[in-house]
Amino acid sequence: MAGYHLAQLNIAIPRGPMADPVMADFVAGLPVLNAIADASPGFVWRLVDQGGEDATALRPWGPDIMVNMSVWESVDALRAYAYRVPEHLEALRRRREFFTHDALGPHLVLWWVPVGAIPTLDEARTRLDLLERVGPGPEAFTLRMPYPPPV
Amino acid sequence: MDDDLDAIGALTDPARRAAYRAVVDAGPEPVGRDEVAAALGVGRTLAAFHLDKLVAAGLLEVSYARRTGRSGPGAGRPAKHYRRPARERAVTVPPRRYDAIAVLLAEAVEAAGADTAAYTAARRQGRAEAMPGDVVAVLAERGYEPETVDGTVRLRNCPFHRLAGDFPPLVCGMNLALVEGLTAGAGWTARIDPTPGGCCVSLSKNI
Repeated sequence: MAGYHLAQLNIAIPRGPMADPVMADFVAGLPVLNAIADASPGFVWRLVDQGGEDATALRPWGPDIMVNMSVWESVDALRAYAYRVPEHLEALRRRREFFTHDALGPHLVLWWVPVGAIPTLDEARTRLDLLERVGPGPEAFTLRMPYPPPV
Repeated sequence: MDDDLDAIGALTDPARRAAYRAVVDAGPEPVGRDEVAAALGVGRTLAAFHLDKLVAAGLLEVSYARRTGRSGPGAGRPAKHYRRPARERAVTVPPRRYDAIAVLLAEAVEAAGADTAAYTAARRQGRAEAMPGDVVAVLAERGYEPETVDGTVRLRNCPFHRLAGDFPPLVCGMNLALVEGLTAGAGWTARIDPTPGGCCVSLSKNI
């Protein structure tokens, strides 16, 4: 097995506070999505706030910007969860009902981390900025244009 | 383009086209020459001849498998099996590149966050093209390759495969809306429910 895992960060601006009716379907579905992720083949780690269930309370880059960060064994493992799990694909399909990405620029970035390393939010921010500055490359890329792990 | 034209040209022979159809209709699992021979009502040598021509043209690919339940010494030589490869073939004259513009449009819709408008357009178009009749026949006509399993209609082919691979939430969302439109009023519910290697939508009959 290669010595690298895939780190993922995505950011979004919720259309209301978590208790707002506009977010109700998202909030109701989140525990299921997280439980499926935790049990998915190739899942390694995901960021959680002090509540320990999810990262919805973390707002490191301003009160309006929600973050989601995770680590997977491979691009295929992440793709399988993101796009082949019906509950998750359905949530993605409806993402604009719950979130906007206006003025955020790129809102999802992937990069490789050594096995066992837990990425930090500062590191994630650096990768997202790099993606915005120069586009997809080996240091910061997207699911549509993945790069292989370092050799 | 010559390569694609040669591949498609191999389907002009009716017997060969029937052999191709037999492999495709058999589903995602590779099929042996005996099954194709039975489907066509011809001998296995003739079936194998057509199948190998289709392989040479790049329209089918070969895998080898032993008959189920047998392994080890004495199980015999693995038999040749055939299936449709992932590679797509298309020829347009004069040259047209609708796929290239589709990617740009999808990028623009994503960047604008206009998914909902795209779903609305797809649903409207589906309704406009809806035909009375059996939903399975309607979806088969659209190239979805429907298959009914335990009361659920699963769609073995995604007509937007490559675009859906690049923009899954957007294209699967549009596809769901399109299928909802096409089948509106027929008493079925379409939902996001990906079939491995196939479409992201399945349908079940309303109770």
